Amino acid sequence: MRVPIGWLAEYVDVPAGTSVEDLDTAFVRLGLEVEEIHRPEQVAGPLVVGKVLEIEELTGFKKPIRFCQVDVGEDAPRGIVCGARSFAVGDTVVVALPGAVLPGGFAIASRKTYDRISDGMICSVRELGLGEDHAGILVLGGEGEDVPPPGTPAGPVTGLDDVVIELAVTPDRGYCLSMRGIAREMGTGLAAPWRDPGAATPPAWSGEPAWDVSVADPGRCDRFSMIALEGLDPTAPSPWWMRRRLAQSGVRSISLAVDVTNYVMLELGQPMHAFDRGKVSGPITVRLARDGERLETLDGSTRTLAAGDDLLITDETGPIGLAAVMGGASTEIGDGTTSVLLEAAHWEPTGVARTARRHRLPSEAAKRFERGVDPEMTVVALARAAQLLAEHGGATVVGGLVDVDTRAPRPVIPLDASRPARVAGVAYTPGQVVELLGAVGCTVDGDGADLQVTPPSWRPDLTDPADLVEEVVRLAGYDDIPSVLPTAPPGRGLTEVQRRRRAIGRALAETGYVEAPSYPFVGTPALDALGLAEDDERRKAVLVRNPLSEEEPALRTTLLPGLLATLARNLSRGQRDLALFEHGAVFPGGVRSSAPLPGVEGRPDDETLAALLGAVPEQPWHVAVALTGNREPRGWWGAGRPAGWQDAVEAARRVAAASGVELTVRAGERAPWHPGRCAELLVGESVVGYAGELHPRVCAALELPARTSVMELDVDALPASSVPVGPSISAFPPVHIDLALVVADDVPSSAVTAALRSGAGELLESLRLFDVYTGSPVPAGSRSLAYALTLRAPDRTLTSEEATAVRDAAAAAAAEATGASVRA
Amino acid sequence: MSGANDPYDPKQVAALSPEALDEAVSSARTAFAGAGSLEELAAVRPAHLGDRGPVLLARRELGALPPAARADAGKRVNAARVAVTEAYEIRLAELEAERDARVLAEERVDVTLPWDRTPRGARHPLTTLTDRIADIFVGMGYEVADGPELEAEWLNFDALNIGRDHPARTMMDTFFVAPEDSGLVLRTHTSPVQARTMLSRTPPIYVVAPGRVYRTDELDATHTPVFHQVEGLAIDRGLTMAHLRGTLDHLARILFGADAVTRWRPSYFPFTEPSAEFDVWFPEHRDGPRWVEWGGCGMVNPRVLVACGVDPEEYSGFAFGLGIERALQFRSGVGDMRDIVEGDVRFTTAFGVEQ
Repeated sequence: MRVPIGWLAEYVDVPAGTSVEDLDTAFVRLGLEVEEIHRPEQVAGPLVVGKVLEIEELTGFKKPIRFCQVDVGEDAPRGIVCGARSFAVGDTVVVALPGAVLPGGFAIASRKTYDRISDGMICSVRELGLGEDHAGILVLGGEGEDVPPPGTPAGPVTGLDDVVIELAVTPDRGYCLSMRGIAREMGTGLAAPWRDPGAATPPAWSGEPAWDVSVADPGRCDRFSMIALEGLDPTAPSPWWMRRRLAQSGVRSISLAVDVTNYVMLELGQPMHAFDRGKVSGPITVRLARDGERLETLDGSTRTLAAGDDLLITDETGPIGLAAVMGGASTEIGDGTTSVLLEAAHWEPTGVARTARRHRLPSEAAKRFERGVDPEMTVVALARAAQLLAEHGGATVVGGLVDVDTRAPRPVIPLDASRPARVAGVAYTPGQVVELLGAVGCTVDGDGADLQVTPPSWRPDLTDPADLVEEVVRLAGYDDIPSVLPTAPPGRGLTEVQRRRRAIGRALAETGYVEAPSYPFVGTPALDALGLAEDDERRKAVLVRNPLSEEEPALRTTLLPGLLATLARNLSRGQRDLALFEHGAVFPGGVRSSAPLPGVEGRPDDETLAALLGAVPEQPWHVAVALTGNREPRGWWGAGRPAGWQDAVEAARRVAAASGVELTVRAGERAPWHPGRCAELLVGESVVGYAGELHPRVCAALELPARTSVMELDVDALPASSVPVGPSISAFPPVHIDLALVVADDVPSSAVTAALRSGAGELLESLRLFDVYTGSPVPAGSRSLAYALTLRAPDRTLTSEEATAVRDAAAAAAAEATGASVRA
Repeated sequence: MSGANDPYDPKQVAALSPEALDEAVSSARTAFAGAGSLEELAAVRPAHLGDRGPVLLARRELGALPPAARADAGKRVNAARVAVTEAYEIRLAELEAERDARVLAEERVDVTLPWDRTPRGARHPLTTLTDRIADIFVGMGYEVADGPELEAEWLNFDALNIGRDHPARTMMDTFFVAPEDSGLVLRTHTSPVQARTMLSRTPPIYVVAPGRVYRTDELDATHTPVFHQVEGLAIDRGLTMAHLRGTLDHLARILFGADAVTRWRPSYFPFTEPSAEFDVWFPEHRDGPRWVEWGGCGMVNPRVLVACGVDPEEYSGFAFGLGIERALQFRSGVGDMRDIVEGDVRFTTAFGVEQ
């Protein structure tokens, strides 16, 4: 809502010395967010109203030029040369006198041009910085019109002094989408006297109602008012001040009849519609749309109407308007319209919202009706419009008023007078509560504690005691609320899941990974690039019905596409060595039942609630890493170490360790990993993820460096960790033994390790693989695995015989399980 | 007393004479002091302290003395031995110290050489700031609640007093999910966690719910379709707007300095009544101290309490929601939202693992 301050000042006695900043603060304190303050471009120096007395057409130049005598309120008229032609003798215009500087630094001086002395300039709308109006010269009015006398300073007349404050109006405050509502708020906010433009009493039009109107669905339209006018001059222009205010409000000027309806809507908040009376056939009925009905609306599109829900204004020919949203083309006011039917009605908000949304018509009218319009305004608005059309277009009202009024009485809200104090923690007196509710426009009955409050007709949002409390606290001022810290009962700290997620993030970050969260939107090409099979479950995705990008309509089922895209972005920005991680929810697809939409009158019953919660799919928390380039950089210590599958697997182990869970690893095969370099990650017997090098084809498809490695793991699949048991620490000396075993290439080291461990028994304190060797003298097809064993007894110093026995037992177990032989 | 034997004067044994012993001590001192290195010291040591050294040779003579004279001579020999040993040890210590100093000097390295063999990682500042805020509330006794990002429409809207045809619902720029009757949306705010919490717990309730939320905005310098909020909810007997202000002020002081306070502007949210948007006074703003818009708050609308099974006559509550991106932007002076979103390691690394 744009509020021209000059217009506001017509209703509110803004105290002298109030600055634009003061107004800004007052709006904000009232809960009307100031989005922008538009300050007009400044004109310096003399700018006055002038009247064109004579026009001399100069010829002999490249273009027609006029030399005008203009009365600017001085003893003699001034001669002014002008190239524009869109004005006539008798017109009142705006003149910049020598010494004036127009917007853009355009200085006006007396000068000789076209063989005449030009002593000023007749200004156009654009030159004044008032708009992009292409009509040319700004004509304030013609001969005989109500215009200011020559010599009047033109700044205030043109609205040049007018600051426009643009407000963001919240959806509960429909009445603030009008100057009337803003005036009421600012009267209260500035504690200044103000006048309600809606308080006018409409004339009592005599005669039979001007048209036959019936409302078939009063539930959707509880008031429908209409008058008829004749004798409208279809060529009559809208007055400059009205066009100016419409422009300031962001509304385009179209024709007098349309401009008047828009102007009255801005002034009083009542949207209106003007029908060409000659094009309406027979009685008007307000009813719901029927099967197969269509309507061509004013914007030229033909709309198929929703039977049983779109509310229509119809005549004998069928629909002539989409109620509350947009008029129909068949009865549109045209260039020759002299006779109109003016409609002002009150429509049920949610129905308007549905129709506006269905037809994607968020019109100014619909916006207001959705948020609530004062039903008292229909006739006041008709009267105001009739007055303006009479004044500027010569129209007269014919016949009597149509007013189909089926409104229910306004509800009364009981309010405990102490409730605002209880909610705000501020000691408002009952008197203060009554006074502030009065300022809102409420009627307050009752004494003492129990108040009976009737909200004003323009505040349909006030339905509950809580709404009234807000009005009291808001108008008293939020700044009055003290700051008191409440005491919560003792809490239990973070849950295990929350601590685990933090631990994982911290562990990976401490290991050199950089967290890179990405948007969870994916498209089929990204899944294709990963080489996922047609029946891969990661292709069963949840689809967004209104995605930001048609290329990425699905929610991720794996973190890899987003993470690899971030990797690629960093590479494209010149990074070479990268280790990234992301953790977050993924959204597996699949068929499931719809979530119910129960009422809100109370807690849903357990069954409905269970269905509701059950319809929300599981969204497992995954963690993924991606690496490329060097994991350790080259330096003065030597060469760098390239990142590889090993790092990806180790990242998984770190994640498991941070989660207090033991991970086992075995060879696996899964897209998008290299089939020979893919580790399956298990806890017990269940697979929780995969790690390794990307398939070369995937690297190629995504234009990633060869050997890029990734890991992805389902954190939610990790079992809860148990409380760690402290080991008993022996102070007896250890025995260190190295043991090298030769095994066939296809024996995984994990099998050898496990066999050694079980064979060594209880005296084994720790076991570590420290070397892998292939080549002579190890036979081809085999490799040597070298282990360092630390043996220790809890109660004695081990003898060398005992140590040798352990070593032999371990080797024997490895031999039996894996065919390993001790390397000579 | 000694007997009548002819008194034996130990001085008559040349080696035991005080002069000889003095001479032995002094020559040992000279020899030790003259040793310029540990090796030289080791080389001269046997001549003075070895088995053939004058002091030890003198000691052997003691046995030949009569008992009466032995004690006296023994004392002198011993004193001489102590003096020579002392001289040796002093010199040894000196020479060792010199050697150590030399070796340490030789072992000097350039300690400014980098050893960044293990690259440093980082958590995303949105994560660390979220954790920090959660920790502040945990410190106040709150618990941290989670909710799904793909959420039931009823919990995201209806339960929060945002009816099907409510203008606020249209203004939320919601991502809807197929099929049309799925009843699911990508949550537009963390507020459905409020509803979930009230449906699953009984008051008193003090929770914060951080998380990722969605609106159909295009990414630009100030907007992102995927962003983060922290929602707070307290339901208890006798809670007022003053308690809400106290809570927000406390949070502001911890995050933005002791001088930070909040300022409220009346606003509208269907799920709170009264409602406010709040600004925070941020003295450390890079463009100078100023008010910065931060979030929305209010007293939980009794209609929401009813829909979630809480008796509004017995309990009242407050709720607030604030934007993490926004807090990060002004707290850390981040000018462009895209830097927060794009995952550039140069941005994230600057924030480390904790804040």
